[in-house]
Amino acid sequence: MSPLRVTKSRDEFEGEIYESTVVVEGRDLAAPRDGAAGDEVGRPRPRVDGRARVTGAAVYTHDLHLAGMLHAAILRSPYARARVKRVDASKAEALPGVRGVLHRFNAPEVEFRQEKALFRDEVRFLGDEVAAVVADSEGLARYALTLIAVEYEVLPHVVDLEEAASPRAPKIDPDGNVHDAGSYTRGDTRRALREAEATIDVTYRTSTQMHNALETHGAVASWDGERLTVWESTQSVFGVRNMLKDALGLAPAQVRVLCEHMGGGFGAKLGTYKYAVIASLFSMRLGRPVRCVLTRREENLAAGNRSATLQRLRLASSGDRITAIEHETWSNSGQGRWAANPTGPTNTLYDVANVSSVAHRVTTNAGALSAFRAPGYVEGTFALESAIDELALRIGVDPLALRRRHARSRTDPRTGNRYSLKRLLDCYTIGAKEIGWSERRAGGTRGSAPHRRRGLGMASQIWGGGGGPPAYATVHFETDGTAVLRVGVQDIGTGTRTAVAQVCADEIGLRLDQVRVRLGDTEAPYGPGSGGSVTLASIGPAVRLAAHDARAKVLRAAAGILEVRAQELRLERGMVVSEGARTPLGDVMKKLDNSTLIGTGLRHPNPDGLALKTFGAHFARVEVDLRTGEIFVEKIVAVHDVGRIVNPLAAASQVQGGIVQALGFALTEERIVDRGLGRVMNANLEWYEIPTAMDVPEIVVRFVGAPDRRANNLGAKGLGEPPIIPAAAAVANAVANATGARVRHAPMTRARVLAALSMAGIA
Amino acid sequence: MASQREPAAVDVSLRLNGRDVTLRVPAHRSLLDTLRDTLGLTGTKKVCNEGDCGACTVLVDGRPVYSCLTLAVACAGKHVETIEGLARDGDLHPVQQAFIDHDAYQCGFCTPGQVMSLVGLLRENASPSEDEVRRAVSGNLCRCGAYTNIVAAGLAAAKAKR
Repeated sequence: MSPLRVTKSRDEFEGEIYESTVVVEGRDLAAPRDGAAGDEVGRPRPRVDGRARVTGAAVYTHDLHLAGMLHAAILRSPYARARVKRVDASKAEALPGVRGVLHRFNAPEVEFRQEKALFRDEVRFLGDEVAAVVADSEGLARYALTLIAVEYEVLPHVVDLEEAASPRAPKIDPDGNVHDAGSYTRGDTRRALREAEATIDVTYRTSTQMHNALETHGAVASWDGERLTVWESTQSVFGVRNMLKDALGLAPAQVRVLCEHMGGGFGAKLGTYKYAVIASLFSMRLGRPVRCVLTRREENLAAGNRSATLQRLRLASSGDRITAIEHETWSNSGQGRWAANPTGPTNTLYDVANVSSVAHRVTTNAGALSAFRAPGYVEGTFALESAIDELALRIGVDPLALRRRHARSRTDPRTGNRYSLKRLLDCYTIGAKEIGWSERRAGGTRGSAPHRRRGLGMASQIWGGGGGPPAYATVHFETDGTAVLRVGVQDIGTGTRTAVAQVCADEIGLRLDQVRVRLGDTEAPYGPGSGGSVTLASIGPAVRLAAHDARAKVLRAAAGILEVRAQELRLERGMVVSEGARTPLGDVMKKLDNSTLIGTGLRHPNPDGLALKTFGAHFARVEVDLRTGEIFVEKIVAVHDVGRIVNPLAAASQVQGGIVQALGFALTEERIVDRGLGRVMNANLEWYEIPTAMDVPEIVVRFVGAPDRRANNLGAKGLGEPPIIPAAAAVANAVANATGARVRHAPMTRARVLAALSMAGIA
Repeated sequence: MASQREPAAVDVSLRLNGRDVTLRVPAHRSLLDTLRDTLGLTGTKKVCNEGDCGACTVLVDGRPVYSCLTLAVACAGKHVETIEGLARDGDLHPVQQAFIDHDAYQCGFCTPGQVMSLVGLLRENASPSEDEVRRAVSGNLCRCGAYTNIVAAGLAAAKAKR
C-alpha cells in the first residue's frame, strides 16, 4: 500500500475553481471501460428507499415529533428597511404556554455570516428576522408573535434591480449598491468588435425565480446538556454542523446533524439559515427539543432565490466565425453577499478568440439570493444562447451549424487545460436527429391552426460536475453477509442512496438488496454537500474503493474458512464462488461470529492539468398562439454528456425534472415585488406559478453515456444541474424561429410574447 | 382570548383507514393537523396549508380532498383514508408499486398526495385515459418535476388493477 501523502486538489464548484489541500492514502482504481456494465451499475434500478416513500413511512424533518418537543416561530420585518428601536415582548412572554422570546435586545451574541447578531438592529428586507418565540405548540407560538410590539423607524428602501443600480437610489450599502462580482478577458474584444463584419448588441432580462421546495426549510434541535443533535432538511449535513458550531461556540464533536429524507432543496438548502440557530438556542436554554419550520410565505421571503439579472451582450462575427463576445451583467443579490455570476458559459462554452465579461452584484432590500440549481448558468445561458441565435439570424447561418463550428475545441479556453472528455458534438448530432432539425425552416412553419406558428430551437449546456475530494466511505459486513455502507453525504431526492448502493454491490459482488446505506449523518467521515452536481462524482469513487477493500478482506476471510486460496474465490451476487462450489456469503460470515470486516475508501484528487466538464444540448419544438402570446412547448429533446450513467432510471428522472423547472423559469415563474412596499406579492403557490402535470411536454432523454475514464474511477460526472441550464434558451430560440419575434425576458409570459410580436410587427 | 385560540374540543367519530375511531379535537382543527399532530400520521404532508399544492391529499369517502382545507369535525361519520392505510398485509397498492417501478418521484414529499389522488381516480374510473390521469394529479404540485413518470405510474397501476 502506498503511504499517506498530502497533496493539492483542484475542483470546480458552482462555476468556480477551488484549490484545496487533501490527504491521500493508497492507490486509486482504474475506471471501467466503455460498455462495461456491472450487474447493477449502468442498469435502471428503482430506488432502494422506494417503499418508505410510497407508504408515508419515510420520516422527513417536518415529520419529527420528539417527546417534550416545543415549537419556535419567527417574527419577521413588515418593512423592507427599518431600524428596530424597541421590542416589547411582555405580553407574549406572559401568555401561558410560551416558553421564551428572543430579539435583538436579549439574544446572546451569535456569529452568523460575518454578522455578530442574530437579529439586526437595522432590518434590511421584508421578512428579515426580528424576534422568535418558543411555545408548547406551533399555533401558540405564531399567535404569540402577534403580541410582540415592535417600534420601527422606517428607512428608505429599494427592491428593484435596475432602480437600485441607478445613482439616484438610496444607498443601502455604505459603498453603494453596485459591487464587482468578477471579470474575465481573453484576446481583444474591442478590436474584434471594431473590425467585425456583423455585430449585435442586445439586452436580456431574467426575473427572480423562487425555489419552493415542497418541504420548507426547517430544523429540530435537541440539546442533552452536553451535545446538540439537529435534524435539518438540508443539502449539506456538514455545512449545517460547521455553521452551528461556529454560531454557538461549540466543538465539532458537540454538534451532530442528521438528514435521512429531505423534501427538495434545489440549492436553497445548501446554505444555512437562522432558524436552525434559533431552534438550537431555545433548546440549549430550555433543555427540550425545539422545532422551527418555515411557512410557505417565509420560504418565499427569507430562504433564497435565483437573482433577477440584467445582461448586455455584444457579439461580433466575420465570415462564419464568431470573433468576439462581450457580456456585462447585473444581478439582484438582495441581502446576499455574493453573486451567481451569469458569465460562466460565455467564458467557457465556445471556441471564440476574444471574450470579455464583467459581472456586477447589486444589493437591494430583498431576501438574499441562494444557489438555485446551476446558479448564474441558467440566467447566463438564456442570454448567451439567445444571442448566438440572434447573430446566426443576422448572418444567415443555421444556428446549430454556427455552434458546431465553435464547439470543436478540446481545450478549456479559460485554463488552457485539455478536457478530460468532451462529446458536445455528439450531443448536437443525437439531438438534431431526434427533434428533426433538418425540417427546421427559417421563419418557422404553420402550426395546428391558422393563428399558430411552429418552430424549432436549441441551446447548449456547459457545467462542471467533476466533484473531488475529500469524501470517504466505509463498508462493513453484518453477520449474515450483508453489507452496511456509510457515507457522509445526503440524498436530496436525486437518488444518491440508490446509486452508491449500486456501486457498492457491484464492486463487492453482492445483490443490491444486500447493501444497506447509512447517510445523512455527521457521525460518518466527511462527505460533501449536495451542490454543484458533485455528489456522485465525489462520493462514488470513494464507495468503490471502500467496497473493493471490503471484498478483498472478505475473500481472504472466506479462504480461511473454506480452506482454499483467496485467489481461487470470487463473490457473485452474494455467493462465494470457488471451483465447483457456491456458498452463500452469509454461511461463511456465520462462522466468523462477531468478527467484523471493514473496508475503507477515499476520493482521490482530480487529475492534474485536465478540465472536467459536463456538456449537453436541448432541442425544443414549440407552437406559439399569435393572438394570445401563449407558448405551447410540444417537445424537448435533452442530450447530456455527463460520463457514465450509474442508474439510467433515476438519471432520466433528473433530466425530466430539470427541464420542468427550466420551463417554469422560461414561461411562468417570476417573483413579483411591490416597489413601494418592498413586499413579495406572490409568496405562495397560487400566484407564483410552478409547472403542473398539465404543463409538461413530451420529453426525450438521451445520454452520450461514455465513461469519463480520466475523471475518476467511476467515470461518472454530475447530472443535477446540467438539465436545467439550456432549456429556456432552446424554447426562446424556438419561439423566435416560429414567429420571427425575439423575447428577451424570462419568463416569456404571454404579455412579453405579445409585446415582442408587436415590436416585430406581427401582432 | 384563550377561547379564540382554542375553541371547545368536540368528539368526532369517523372511520380512519378502515378502523372506527373517536377523537376529541378543537372544532377549528383541520383534518391535516389532526392527522399529523393528533394522530401522528405524518405521511400526509403540509406544504402550503392553503389548498394550492395537493401534498395533503387524502380520501374522504373515497374521494380525494385537500385535508388542509377540510375540518376534522366535517369528517364525522365518514371514511378517511391516508397513505398509511393503502398497503394490505404488507402488500403495496398497485399505485404505490407503480410509483416505485416508474421512479415517479425524486424527493418524495409530494408522493403521498399524488398516490392518493390516483387511488381516488382508479376507484371511480378503472380505465382512465392518459389525459384523465394527468387531470387527476393536476392539483398535486411536484417541484422535482416527476410528472411524466407520475402519469406513467398512474396508467400502469390502472392496468395492473385490471
